[in-house]
Amino acid sequence: MSSGEQSPAVRVTDLTVAYGDKTVLWDIDLEIPIGSMVAVVGPNGAGKTTLIKSIQGLVPRVAGVVSIHGKPYEKQRKEVSYVPQRGSVDWDFPTSVVDTVKMGSYGDLGWIRRPGKKEHEKALSALEKVDMLEFAQRQISQLSGGQQQRVFLARALVQSASVYLLDEPFQGVDATTEKAIVRILKELTDGGKTVLAVHHDLNTVSEYYEQIAILNVGLVASGRVDEVFNSENLMKAYGGKTSFFPERKSSRRAV
Amino acid sequence: MLEFAVELFSDYTARTILLGAASLGIVSGVVGSYAVLRKQSLVGDVMSHAALPGIVLAFIIMGVKEQLPIFIGAALSAVLAVFLINLVTSNSRIKTDSAMGMALSVFFGLGLVLLTYAQKMPDANQAGLDKFLFGQAEALVEKDVLIIGVTGLFALLVVGLFWKEFKLLCFDPDFGGTMGFSMKSLDLLVTAVIVSAIVIGLQTVGVVLMSSMLIAPAVAARQWTGGMGSMVILAALIAAVSGVTGVALSAGFENVPTGPAVIVCVSVIAFFSVLFSPNGFFTLRFKDARSRREIKKDYVLKALHDLALEHDDPGYAHSERLLALGSEKGFNVRKSLSQLKAAGYVERAGEENWRLTPSGIRQIRELSPLERSG
Repeated sequence: MSSGEQSPAVRVTDLTVAYGDKTVLWDIDLEIPIGSMVAVVGPNGAGKTTLIKSIQGLVPRVAGVVSIHGKPYEKQRKEVSYVPQRGSVDWDFPTSVVDTVKMGSYGDLGWIRRPGKKEHEKALSALEKVDMLEFAQRQISQLSGGQQQRVFLARALVQSASVYLLDEPFQGVDATTEKAIVRILKELTDGGKTVLAVHHDLNTVSEYYEQIAILNVGLVASGRVDEVFNSENLMKAYGGKTSFFPERKSSRRAV
Repeated sequence: MLEFAVELFSDYTARTILLGAASLGIVSGVVGSYAVLRKQSLVGDVMSHAALPGIVLAFIIMGVKEQLPIFIGAALSAVLAVFLINLVTSNSRIKTDSAMGMALSVFFGLGLVLLTYAQKMPDANQAGLDKFLFGQAEALVEKDVLIIGVTGLFALLVVGLFWKEFKLLCFDPDFGGTMGFSMKSLDLLVTAVIVSAIVIGLQTVGVVLMSSMLIAPAVAARQWTGGMGSMVILAALIAAVSGVTGVALSAGFENVPTGPAVIVCVSVIAFFSVLFSPNGFFTLRFKDARSRREIKKDYVLKALHDLALEHDDPGYAHSERLLALGSEKGFNVRKSLSQLKAAGYVERAGEENWRLTPSGIRQIRELSPLERSG
């Protein structure tokens, strides 16, 4: 990590992603400074989730390079924590809260080795941070939406990475949980970690984040919230009446 | 029947067969749990049916009913079916369920055609290839059981080694991918393990019903437990018991193929579990009815209490009609009152009137503050 001091936490260069004949992300260039808290906003179908996934190589890139602290993502997996959309998994899966959180330690353990006492302690302390310690032995099927989101966050905390990628962490959670998650994310950035979150509620952007990336297939704007989070850029991303640019041609023009 | 059982367990050949059935059960219970947890129950069905053409082709090519070639043929054609399904779904607009339906019928149909052809070959009768349809455990010999055991041990070893990786694969493959685990390799490994379980079940259970041997024990086990480890172990146990019982049943009655006998056993357990486990159909219905009854009783108790408070007399008696009006819940107040009377919380005061007993007044205090306040 010695060479990474000058590099941004995340650097995305010329990133393009396509599903079939549909371009989902077009030529994205994005730099996320270390220690910042960044909102990724944009209309439905703007490619927000795809951005988060393609940074981590979960969807194939047509073109583009992603580096974390100056090195290719593939060499920096352990520096990145991922909080997927809550709805992307089956919460009826037969497992307990603490065992789910422990999955965050699997990457450090590597192949075949099983989690032991150390990993258990780590999971419990992560649960304490998200105020879910009393639910440690509970079945995950018994959790409310907000509790599920806290468990996912705890699992990411166990990874002890320096970059956190969150996909809609506030989707369908109550106000208390939202505030708790914001507090934890702020603690992370105060401690020099970097947070990138897909965000839907434009009303809370200024309150929660200092940086923003406005996306609609292409990158409309990115930078400090007080500089680029304005109606002009939102119009570009969300359109006047039309919510987004469905055609590939128009999306290219928008870049 | 008891005599028969003693005979069965003391006889060497019978012990071999039962050992085979039990081993098969353990393996298919464990492996089937993964098919269920990955929501790929149907894949097991496709693969077991798709094994048939491989079995028959192996026989036609080799000319003898030799174990190993038949197992390899079965595995190859099962894997080919899955490969074709993936090919079709990723290169066309055909959805997975349609592709699976097609693969199953095409492969199984081809298998039946080949089987008819093979049975017209001179030494087809000795071959007894049609036993692979519904299984015949009586034909198991020591060598077969050995192959079942070795293949089964391989499957269990893989599951044991990659326990945590398989858990990731089943629960959150994307997350597993970000931690550097190759989900593609794990997917292949799970498929390999499922195929090996199917292959060793061909002789005992047969291609038609083998998928139930994978799915039903896992479904039954899931009803009783909330942990993945306990689910896998319980599924193995259920499948082993069903395997042994089914083999014994099929041996005890003339002309009952082993496959159907085993599947009847495992289905009975699965049905029972779905209906009567702590989260089962009847248990939930029962809990639901009980809690409705309790809530209604609490309403009536509280209504009596509220009216009594208005009169500054905890034992003040009220008419049933007034209670029914006051509750406004649209349910049978008389029924709740007689249940409360049976519990000793209320008593009759005259023809139409009811009042709280001292124990009823105490019971009011037991209600939560939320229920007590208006």
